[in-house]
Amino acid sequence: MTMLDDEPLADLTALLDPDHGNTRRKLVVIGNGMAGARTVEEVLARGGAEQFAITMFGDEPYGNYNRIMLSHVLSGEEADAEIFLNSLPWYIENNISLHAGVRATRIDRFAKLIFSDDGQVTPYDVLIIATGSRSFMPSIEGLRTDDGELLPGVFAFRTIDDTRGMINYASHDEHSRAVVIGGGLLGLEAARGLQAYGLQVDVVHAGGHLMNAQIGPAGGEILRKSVEALGIEVHTKARTTAIMGEDKVRGVFLLDHPLLECDMVVVAAGIRPNIDLAVTSGFTVERAIVVDDQMRTMDDPDVYAVGECVQHRGEVYGLVAPLWEQAVVLADQITGNDMGAAYHGSRTATKLKVAGVDVASMGLQGPEKDTDEHIVFSEPRRGVYKSLVIRDEKLIGATMLGDTSKVAFLMQAFDRGLPLPEERLEMLFNLGTPAEEVGVAELADDAQVCNCNGVSKGALVACVEGGTKSVAGVMDKTRAGKGCGSCKTMVCQIVEWAAGGAVVVDPSANWYVPGVPRDKPELMAAIMAQGLKSVSSVFAALAPDGAEDAKSKMGLASLLKMMWADEYIDEKDARFINDRVHANIQKDGTFSVVPQMKGGVTTPAQLRKIADVAEKWEVPMVKLTGGQRIDLLGIRKEDLPGVWADLGMPSGYAYGKSFRTVKTCVGSEFCRFGVGDSTALGIKIESRFQGLESPAKIKMAVTGCPRNCAESLCKDVGVVAVDGGRWEIYIGGAAGAHIRKGDLLATVDDPDMVVTLSGRFMQYYRENAKWLERTYAFVPRVGADFLREVIVEDSLGIAAELDERMQASVDTYKDPWQEGATPATPGQFRTSLPLEVLPQVPVR
Amino acid sequence: MSTPVETVVDSHHLGPLAQIPPGEGRAFGVGGQQVAVFHLRSGAVYAVSAVCPHKGGPIADGQIDGSIVLCPLHMNAFELATGCSTTGQEPLTSWAVEIDQTGEILISPKG
Repeated sequence: MTMLDDEPLADLTALLDPDHGNTRRKLVVIGNGMAGARTVEEVLARGGAEQFAITMFGDEPYGNYNRIMLSHVLSGEEADAEIFLNSLPWYIENNISLHAGVRATRIDRFAKLIFSDDGQVTPYDVLIIATGSRSFMPSIEGLRTDDGELLPGVFAFRTIDDTRGMINYASHDEHSRAVVIGGGLLGLEAARGLQAYGLQVDVVHAGGHLMNAQIGPAGGEILRKSVEALGIEVHTKARTTAIMGEDKVRGVFLLDHPLLECDMVVVAAGIRPNIDLAVTSGFTVERAIVVDDQMRTMDDPDVYAVGECVQHRGEVYGLVAPLWEQAVVLADQITGNDMGAAYHGSRTATKLKVAGVDVASMGLQGPEKDTDEHIVFSEPRRGVYKSLVIRDEKLIGATMLGDTSKVAFLMQAFDRGLPLPEERLEMLFNLGTPAEEVGVAELADDAQVCNCNGVSKGALVACVEGGTKSVAGVMDKTRAGKGCGSCKTMVCQIVEWAAGGAVVVDPSANWYVPGVPRDKPELMAAIMAQGLKSVSSVFAALAPDGAEDAKSKMGLASLLKMMWADEYIDEKDARFINDRVHANIQKDGTFSVVPQMKGGVTTPAQLRKIADVAEKWEVPMVKLTGGQRIDLLGIRKEDLPGVWADLGMPSGYAYGKSFRTVKTCVGSEFCRFGVGDSTALGIKIESRFQGLESPAKIKMAVTGCPRNCAESLCKDVGVVAVDGGRWEIYIGGAAGAHIRKGDLLATVDDPDMVVTLSGRFMQYYRENAKWLERTYAFVPRVGADFLREVIVEDSLGIAAELDERMQASVDTYKDPWQEGATPATPGQFRTSLPLEVLPQVPVR
Repeated sequence: MSTPVETVVDSHHLGPLAQIPPGEGRAFGVGGQQVAVFHLRSGAVYAVSAVCPHKGGPIADGQIDGSIVLCPLHMNAFELATGCSTTGQEPLTSWAVEIDQTGEILISPKG
C-alpha cells in the first residue's frame, strides 16, 4: 500500500503482462476503480485465477485507491500514498495484466474485442464494465477556456490528480479565497479541506438546503449553522451563472448576488455515470448501464457491469456499500461459485463526518403516509438534529446530525428490520442501556476498545484486514472482549464496520457455549431428553466428534447444576479454579477469602474471629468489599482449608457466577428515616438464595427507604421499602462495567412476596439467559413488560413451576467450605506454583 | 575439539499418576523448574512449564480439553502437546512424558 509512483505507467504494461498458459478464459475488466478492483479480488477469492487470465484497463495511471479517502488527502489527514488499496505489486503477484492510463474506447461484442486508445485490440471471453462515474460539470459560462480545458483555478473533485491539483493551487500564497459549487457531501468536504490551506471558503448550493439528497430541510438548516460556525459561508438556492477571469479564476457570478471574488473554484455538483463506452458499443443504457440481478447487461450474457456505472432495478448507487454487495454476486456468477447468487438492491445508509460534522442518514428523510410515525429532536444551539421515520414498527428512515451515538443500532434496525424499543426515545439517546458511546467509524485508530486486554481499534481493524472476518475469530485472535466483556458490543460493531458488510455471520454467536453447537433452549432440551447429568456426558453426546472444549466447561457445569440440582454429577475438572477451591484467584496465584456476612451485618465475635485468622495466617491484606463483607486477600491455595477451619464461617461466594450477596441499609431498626426492615429482609433473602448458580453473578440490595442508601436501583435485583409497608422490586440494574437503572418489576406489601418474586425472576433468568449474560443485558433483551407479565401476572402459567425448581435448587445448598476438611479430589488444594515465594502482592 | 558431548537424558520421576485426577493438572518442582502436568480424561498425559508467560498465572490451575489449557488469570490458551499459544503469547516449554509400568510419571526435556 505504500508504493505510489508518480510516473504514468503505460510503459510498464509490457512488464505487467505476464506470460501464462492460454487454456484459461480471458476475463477483461474495464475500470480499475473501487468496483473493478474489488470485483477482481472477489473473483480471485473464489479461485478465479485458475479459471481466468485477467486483464484490467484503468483510465488513471495508478493502482487502485480508496476514492472515499480523497477528502482526507485534501485536508492533509492522510498522505496520498496511504489511500491505495491495491498497489502495483498486487497486480503482478496475482498475474493481472494491468493497462494503467489506457482508456477503452469501444467494445465489439460480436467479435468479443476491446479497442483502446493506445491502438491495441484486446480479446475477451467474459467482460466486466466498471467505468464508475465522473464529476458532473454544469454548463457555466467561463468554466472552460476556448480549447475546452478547465479555466486555470477550476477543479473537479473526483480523482487523486484533481486532489493534488487542488492542494497545489490552494497552497499558493496569493490564493486566499475559494468557492465550492455544490453543497452536498463532496462539496462540504472540499470546503472543509480547503480551509486547511488558509483559504476563505464559500459554498454555493443550488438546492434549498445543504445535503438535500440525504437530509430534510430542518436538518439541513441545522447543518448550515454548524458549517457556518466553522467559518464557511453558505449560499443556498444560489445558481452560478458565470465564472469570471481570462487567464485564471477571478470570481463567480451568482444570480441575484454581487460578484463573489475568488481565486479558485471547485465544482462538486454531483456525479454522472460513465456510460459513453457502453452507449457507443450498443448496450442498453438508461440513467446508467442496465443490469439484471446477476449484474449481467441486458444485451450480452458474457458482459457484466458493476459499481456506479450500473442501473439495477431503477437505482443508481453512488456509495461504496452497494458496490461491495454487487461485486460478491458478480464474482459468484462468473466463477460459477454460486449460480444462485443474486443482487436485490441495497438499503443505503451513510454515516460520515462531513466537514467535521457527524452526519448519518438512511432511508426516508421524512414521513410519507399519514400513519408513519415521525420522531424529531432538534437542538440547534449544539447543532444536534435527530429524526426517525417508523412505519409498521419498522425503521424506514433516519437522520442524525451532530450526534451519531445511536447510529450503529439504527443502521442495523434499518437494514435488518429489527424490533424497535417501545420507548422510542431509546433510539435517539443512550438511556443507560449497554450501548456504544462513540460511533466506531470516528474512533481513532489508537483508541483502546478493550480496556481489560488493551486492544485498540487499530488492532481489531488489522485483524479483520488480515482475513479474520468473524466477530468470534477476531475476539479469539486479539483477546478483545475476553476480559470483563463490557466492550463486546463495540468490538462487534468495529468488526462489522471494518469488514464493510463482509462480516462472516458467526453461527456460534447464538450457542450457549462455543463447544456445543446449540442455543440454550435446544441444549437444555437435548440434555433433558438424553438425561445428561455430567459435563463429560454432554460433550460425548452433543459436541462435534464428542470433543471436550475447555472454554465450554464452566458454562455447562453451571447449566447442569441448575437443571439437575442434587442429581447433577459434579466433575471437578469442569469447574473453573475459583469453583474448584471456592475462592477467587488473584494475580499471583493466591486467593481471596470472603466469609458470608448476610446483609452486611456482623458481630464483635465474628470480627474478633476474622482478626485472629488474619493474624495467624499472616494475611497480607484485609479489605472491605463493595458488597459489605470482609475480604482476606493473598491466601495461599494450600492454606485455604486451614483458614476456613479457623474461621468456622460459611462461604460468601465472592468468586462464582452465582448469587453473591445482599447489601442492606440499617432500615427501620435504627435509622430515623427507615420505613421498612431492610436488614431483616436482606438477611432472609441471602439465607435463601446463598450460593445459587446462575448465568452470571447476581448482586442484590435491600434498602429501607427511598433514599436508597444500599443502592438498590442499580442491582441485578434491588428492593426498596416505601411508605405504607410496601416494597418495590427492581430488576436489571447495574453500576459496574455498565450503568443501568433497574426496571420496576412489582410493588408488593408483603416481604415474603418480595422473596417469592425475586426468586421467580432469578429462576426465569437462570433458565433463559445466555451464559455470562448479566441481568442488565437480559432484562432489556427480553423486555421488562414481558417479565412483569410472566413473573407477576403469570401470563405463561409457569410461575408455580419456576418456584418449584427454585426450591429444588435452594434445597441442595451445601456450604462448599466444608470441603476443606475432606478434599473432594486428591491435591485439591495443592500449590500450583510450587517454587514461587508467595505472596507477591506487597504487604501493607 | 570434535569429541561429541555425551547426552545425558535428564529424566525426572514425579510419583504416581493417581495423584492427578482425570481432567485436571497439578504442578511439580523439577530441578529448579516448575512444571504443570495434565492428566486428560482420554488417559493422555502432558507436561508444560507451569508459569504463564503473559502475567505469571498458575497454568496447573487452568481448565483443559483434549488439546489446550486455559490460563486461569486471563484465559490465554496453550496447546498441551507443544506449549504453543493459540492466543498470541510466548510458548510454554513442553516436556516429554512417560508413564511407566507401575503408573509412575516420568518427564524429561524435549529435544
